[in-house]
Formats: sequence, structure tokens, C-alpha cells
Amino acid sequence: MLSIWIASAQNWNVLSIEVNNISKYYGSQAALDDLSFHANEGEILGLLGPNGAGKTTTMKILSCFLTPDNGSASIYGLNPVESPLKVKSILGYLPEHNPLYGSMYVRESLEFIAELHKLKNKGKRIEEVIEITGLGPERNKKIMQLSKGYKQRVGIAQAIIHKPKVLILDEPISGLDPNQIQEIRNLITELKSQSSVIFSSHILQEVESICDRVVILDKGKLVANDIISNVSQMTLAGQNIFVEFAEAVRLQDLIKITKDIRWEKKTAKSFMAQSPAGIEFREMIFDFAVANNKKILEMRSSKVSLESAFKTLTKNKES
Amino acid sequence: MISVFKKELNQFFSSLTAYIVLVAFLILTGSFIWIFSSTSVMNYNYASLGQLFTIAPIAFMFLIPAITMTSFSDERQRGTLELLITKPLSDLDIILGKYFATLALIVIALIPTLAYYYSIYQLGSPKGNIDTGAVIGSYIGLVLLGAIFASIGIFISSLSSNQIVSFITTAFSCFALFWVFDFISSMPSLYGKLDNLVKSLGIEYHYENISKGRIDTRDIVYFLSLIFLFLWLTFVSLNRRNNL
Repeated sequence: MLSIWIASAQNWNVLSIEVNNISKYYGSQAALDDLSFHANEGEILGLLGPNGAGKTTTMKILSCFLTPDNGSASIYGLNPVESPLKVKSILGYLPEHNPLYGSMYVRESLEFIAELHKLKNKGKRIEEVIEITGLGPERNKKIMQLSKGYKQRVGIAQAIIHKPKVLILDEPISGLDPNQIQEIRNLITELKSQSSVIFSSHILQEVESICDRVVILDKGKLVANDIISNVSQMTLAGQNIFVEFAEAVRLQDLIKITKDIRWEKKTAKSFMAQSPAGIEFREMIFDFAVANNKKILEMRSSKVSLESAFKTLTKNKES
Repeated sequence: MISVFKKELNQFFSSLTAYIVLVAFLILTGSFIWIFSSTSVMNYNYASLGQLFTIAPIAFMFLIPAITMTSFSDERQRGTLELLITKPLSDLDIILGKYFATLALIVIALIPTLAYYYSIYQLGSPKGNIDTGAVIGSYIGLVLLGAIFASIGIFISSLSSNQIVSFITTAFSCFALFWVFDFISSMPSLYGKLDNLVKSLGIEYHYENISKGRIDTRDIVYFLSLIFLFLWLTFVSLNRRNNL
């Protein structure tokens, strides 16, 4: 009896965020249409969707900036409409485009935010946050003098200064260079230990490495709500490979490599291959080239767009 | 509220805004009172601070919109308004923090003009021959006037993310509320009928009353209700973000 109870307690996930049937209209246009999902405690949830899918609106509702027209949200049981001050005090939010007071110094801006949260031991916590976000070398600069990557760190530092239980980051890595993206990714993964994180992006690959679960939105509606491995599978399903040979190759020969690949002839020497299942077929193409004594000039996989991922997803749902 | 108030004042003084406002206000009022021969108290042969209280409302009409145009317009444009609203602050905390910071800057601008009072007090013949009661009343009137202009400015700045639009609209609205009712009331068709009522709708009527050193509750109520009206409108306007 006791062991069953323990087992069920271990499986019982605390919901940090619940979104129940939320709709939001801008004029007659529905930005969110009956959207429901939830996030578990200690989880990184990726919110994905093309531009205008409703990611930002969802985040603005959770962060008490907007109120939903229908439905309700709950953050650790608190409703953002009914008790905004309580919700805001357990929530860290980095808005899209990372708005900052450019004329403030890094430390000054953190002091201001710490004051808004009425933190005790302000100085110590500011030092900690500067350490965590790696702002040390830039701490005495004005925010407007910082590079984009460091500004992003200031934004994140402001969002986590009060050790929020829930962290909402709206496109935190858009517009950063690859090194900065990696650093911010690492930072977000580290933050997972103390907060549940909701993270938005319009690029699938960006969130694959960080998120535990993904919610995909399109035109304000929920398209998918799944663990990351399932979504990765889905993106693999649409892998496209472009191959260019040094000399002309007959399409019939290529088709013989394996049945699963759909070939499309671009020119006499170049072809587009698409695999419907999650199989790796680049090796097969290479072996084919060796066997037939053809030289490969170029072989690249083109990234699958989110739209085609959506198509795959909705197809799966229909069948 | 206190943290927003401190942040706003800090921003005024860390940018040029505060210094330009202070210097412009003092140059403007100072030159009319002491330098320009047609208005100088030296040629007036009468120990009075009247010029200050005539010029200051005009100076306020330009300078207060310049202070308030940053308050919401700038934050909206930079997106920092979202940052503030999503921190544990109510909308009212943000509005009042910004409002009282603007008011504080206005009061700070007025403090150096006490030197004018001291000088005229000393220059009076006999010394101290100045209507101190009227001066106190006028200062109260001026602070209340600044308080109304600030509430108008904050409201208008909450409507637009364009600072220039905020500035011009606020300056025009302050001008209109101050004088236009006075002009309308002097139209011949209103004479003897509605002229007093129309005149009492404008700010100037009440400002003049207080400037005489007579603190009448009707005037105070008028000032306070206009301030509340515009701060309430700001509150409504901030909430409008849901319908955009």
C-alpha cells in the first residue's frame, strides 16, 4: 500500500503553468483560439510556431501584461487576472526584443529591478546574478554600450534576480551569433534546476537541444504538444538532401538505391532526394557514387521548415 | 511606487532633461523679471512678484510637456513599459510614480525662484514691502497649475508612442485649458449670460483667484478634480493595451 502511494507520488507532476481554453482577439482577428496546454515543474517547455502564431500573446497573458478574452491561465494555482501582483512576484519574464533602460548602468538596472521585487540582501543577490549570467566584465558599463549578447544577459539577469518559480523567455536567442546562442542555451539549461522555463522560438532546431517538451502553435491554435523526441522524429521525417554529381547520372539508377527515397531531377547532374521516414540515406548515396564511379561535388541537407513540419503533424493527426 | 518615482527622478537627472528644464525655466522667468525693460520689476516701481506668476504658466506650457513626453511615450516606444507592467507593480504604482516624479521636478524648478522673492523683499522700500500672502498663494497656485499640466502630459503621453506628438498635443491642451475658456467667455453673445460659468471652466480663472492669496476650497476642488480626472484617464488608457 505504502509503496503504491510512494510510486504514485513520484509520478505525480506538479503543474507550474496551466492554460485552459484561452482565446484572445485583436479586433475581429483571433490571436489565440481556445488554447490549452500545461507545463510541469522543473521542465523546459518550448513554445514554437511561425511568426504571428500567438506565442508572444500567450506569454503576455501569462505574465499579466494582457488579459485573455475567454478562458483562464494559472501559475502555481494563481490566476494572473485575479492576483496579478502575486503572479508577477513568482514569475520572471523576458519580453520579446528584450526592452532595457539603455541609459542605466548594468548594476543600476539590476538594483532597480531588485527594488521592484523588494528583495532583501539586494547586493548579494545582484553579485550572484552577475556571476551566473557572466556580466562581470561589463558590470560598470551603460546598457546602451553593450553588445547584443550582453544586453540579452542583462535581460535574463533582470528576469531571474528574484529566483522566480516560473521563467518566461520570449525569443531569447533570436538575433544572436552562434557562440552567444550556445552560451545563452547553456544558461537556460542551468536555470532549469530552480525554475520551470517556457521558451519561445520560431526555429525548431533552436529549441531541440534545450527543451523537454514542445508546444507548437499555428494561427492561435495548438498543433502539437509533445515530448521533444517525438517532435525531432517528425522533423527527420521531412529530411531533404540535395546532391550534385560531377557528371550526368540517370534518374532510374538513383531510384534503385532504395525504394524509400523520392527523387526529383533538378538538372542532368543534380537531384533532390526526400525521405518520408526517419532514415539516414546519405551513406547510401555515397556508396552508390563509389559503386558507379561517380564523383559527388556537393551533398547537403536542407533544413525542414516549420511549415512542412506542421503539414506532417496535421497529416498524422488526421490519419 | 517609490521605486518608480526614484527611477524617474534618476533618469531626469542622468539625462539632460532635468537640467535643460531647470535652466530654461530660470532664464525665461529671470529675464522677464529682471532684464527686459518693459516687464522688469526695476522699472515697475512696485515691489511685486507678479511678473513671475504671469510668465511661469507660459513657461510651464512648454517645459512640462517636454518632461512628460518621455514618461509613457518613450517607454512604449522602447518596450520598457512591458518590462515595468510585468514586474510586481500595479498600473497605479507606475502612474503615480511617474506623476510625482514630474511634480517633484516642477517643484525643484520653482525653488530657486524663492531668490527672486528674497531680492524683492530686500529691495522694497521700506524693506519687506511686498504682499507675502499673495506670493504664498501664487506659489500654491503655480504648484497646482504644474500639477494639472503634469497630469495632462502624463495622460497624453500614455496615448502615443511618439514623443513629438505627445509634446505638441500636451502643449496645445495646456494652452487650451488655461486660456481658451477665458477667450470664449469674452465673446459678446455670452456677455451677461454664461460668461462667468464659461470662464470658471478654464484654469486661468482659478489660478488668478489663488494668486490673489485667497485660498478658496472651490478653486482647490477644481484643481484636484482635474488632476484626478487626467490620472484616471491615464489608468484607463494603460488598460487599453488589451484591445489593441
